[in-house]
Amino acid sequence: MQDSIVRLEGASKAFATPEGGSVTALDAIDLQVRRNEFLTLLGPSGCGKTTLLQAISGFVELDGGRILIDGEDMTDRPPYRRPVNTVFQNYALFPHMTVGENTAYALEVAGVAKAKRREQVAAALKMVGLAGMEGRRPRQLSGGQQQRVALARAIIARPKLLLLDEPLSALDKNLRQAMQIELKTLQHELGISFIFVTHDQQEALTMSDRVAVLSGGRIQQLDTPRAIYDHPVNSFVATFIGASNLFDGRIDGDRLMTGDGTEIRHRRAPSTASGAATALIRPEQFFLAGEGEPFPTLDVDLEAIVFVGSTFELFGRTSAGKKVIAEIPAGRRSLIGDIERTRRARLAYDPAAVHLIHACAEA
Amino acid sequence: MSIAIRRRVQLAVLLGPVSLFLAVFFLGPLAIMMVTSFLAPGLYGGVEWTFYPHNFGRILGFADPMFEDFDPVYIAIFIRSVKIAALTVLAALIVCYPAAFCIARLSERWKNFCLFLITLPFFTSLIVRLFVWVLILRQTGLVNEMLLSTGMIARPLDLIYTDGAIILGMVYVFIPFMFMPVYGSVEKLDWTLVRASLDLGAGPIRTFWRIILPLTAPGIVGGAIIVFIPALGNFVVPAILGGAKVMMLGNLIEQQFLAARNWPFGSALAMMVMSVMLLLLLVYVFVSSRRGADAALNR
Repeated sequence: MQDSIVRLEGASKAFATPEGGSVTALDAIDLQVRRNEFLTLLGPSGCGKTTLLQAISGFVELDGGRILIDGEDMTDRPPYRRPVNTVFQNYALFPHMTVGENTAYALEVAGVAKAKRREQVAAALKMVGLAGMEGRRPRQLSGGQQQRVALARAIIARPKLLLLDEPLSALDKNLRQAMQIELKTLQHELGISFIFVTHDQQEALTMSDRVAVLSGGRIQQLDTPRAIYDHPVNSFVATFIGASNLFDGRIDGDRLMTGDGTEIRHRRAPSTASGAATALIRPEQFFLAGEGEPFPTLDVDLEAIVFVGSTFELFGRTSAGKKVIAEIPAGRRSLIGDIERTRRARLAYDPAAVHLIHACAEA
Repeated sequence: MSIAIRRRVQLAVLLGPVSLFLAVFFLGPLAIMMVTSFLAPGLYGGVEWTFYPHNFGRILGFADPMFEDFDPVYIAIFIRSVKIAALTVLAALIVCYPAAFCIARLSERWKNFCLFLITLPFFTSLIVRLFVWVLILRQTGLVNEMLLSTGMIARPLDLIYTDGAIILGMVYVFIPFMFMPVYGSVEKLDWTLVRASLDLGAGPIRTFWRIILPLTAPGIVGGAIIVFIPALGNFVVPAILGGAKVMMLGNLIEQQFLAARNWPFGSALAMMVMSVMLLLLLVYVFVSSRRGADAALNR
């Protein structure tokens, strides 16, 4: 019994550009997706995430490497012989069929009897909250409803793996958040693995068991959302996931000295070697220093104070001119009043919360 | 002036010229022809102003026993014309449909070039182009000469003056009319739907029948109608490539008007052709509007 449902071994793909060159979309990618896992492929556009998804579904032929699904080699199989279904970005519902016919398509193709088909369609539509909508046409549905039909259509044949290609990008914010939770619940109920592609890091952190951050056709980091957020392996991951303050410098004992003379304290771990490194402090790890602050501090001149509801975002610069972002809970209004007047803030941080990225780990 | 009235005036001004033109040059002659079809033919051409339904009788089987007998040849010509027009539609579709897919996948520049090539024949005279086909198909024509010289045949083939030659000529003439609507719907086809079908387990053949064909059907039906209608009444192609051997409706009508000088009978034939076409169009409109109404009801 294997514990991975999908295995990619050295998957490579390059596309020719119109100018005669070539672009590497997948650079010898090794990836294992576990059974019953919600894995997100996250990255900026052009990072190879969609190519990776299409390689798994069979629409992109690999230049090199293998793809195994449930232990079977799928590398040369056409899309219609792979036990994988996709939810497309623009839903791709068949406009000339009803919701019921759309949903039943995979079963019809597989030769399931009509009565059984109807039963399963009803169950699938109920699962996505569209019970009784069989007779509608796709164009009569709202974007969110179309999304649900696409989902029902893709899960009805019980694929071993469901691929989702930025399925929520066309929905408005509230609906998107509701769908995120629903998708996660659905995945648990179905007990099949989901591979979800997105460029929205918030979405990736919210829904995933593990996140693979892609850039330049390579997986930069593959880990749980918390590990990726707290311990990014390189500055690309650190800046792509969440806002971040990065300080490049040299480690000197329990402090890191930047080139412009700023000193960042950190908790000295046994493994921490001396040498070039980057210190990461997340904006929410800063707090406003009190009188006789026991924690290390950083003085900044404020350029902007932005109220975003639950927090204030402070945009400032250190005396050396380095940009710093801090997030202060909006509950402490009196403190904000002070810094709004002086336009200066003393930001404190816990050295234990500072994450060091070592130069050798840089991609 | 209220906005509603101003709108109406604008509409009248914009639609005025075309309405006037069609009323004078289309509805007028049509009315004349309809009246003529119910009048008796004059002895030396022209018409006698008496009600005479037997023009239609000659075609449908209740001829005036004084002058003419009912002759089933007209119905035979009718059926053969419908058959040849239908085969023309089918052949043109077989040529245009795959080509539309190829051209739709080209880059913008090549697309426009190919569309230009397809409309290119319009720049030359139809008659000249058809006579070139005569040169190609006749007994001493290009095809026969080539086959003879290679020894593949011992005697020239009868290529010209056959139903096949007429269909070939009509397909040649009507290809642009079929291609444009077919291409229009093929180009609009959303290929992610094709992908979705493959993804859901349907092979290429099933995907064609269930997704590609239904989604491009409007273009196919549109092309079929605008090829079928002129093909049914065409008389130039049969006259040149069909010789005297093959009579089609278009030639028959032309002959009645110009050679036999029996205007009422020619009019009756023309009215018959038109009613068949109207019937076809009505069926099409009815079917397609009912499909639309279905969708509206489900709303």
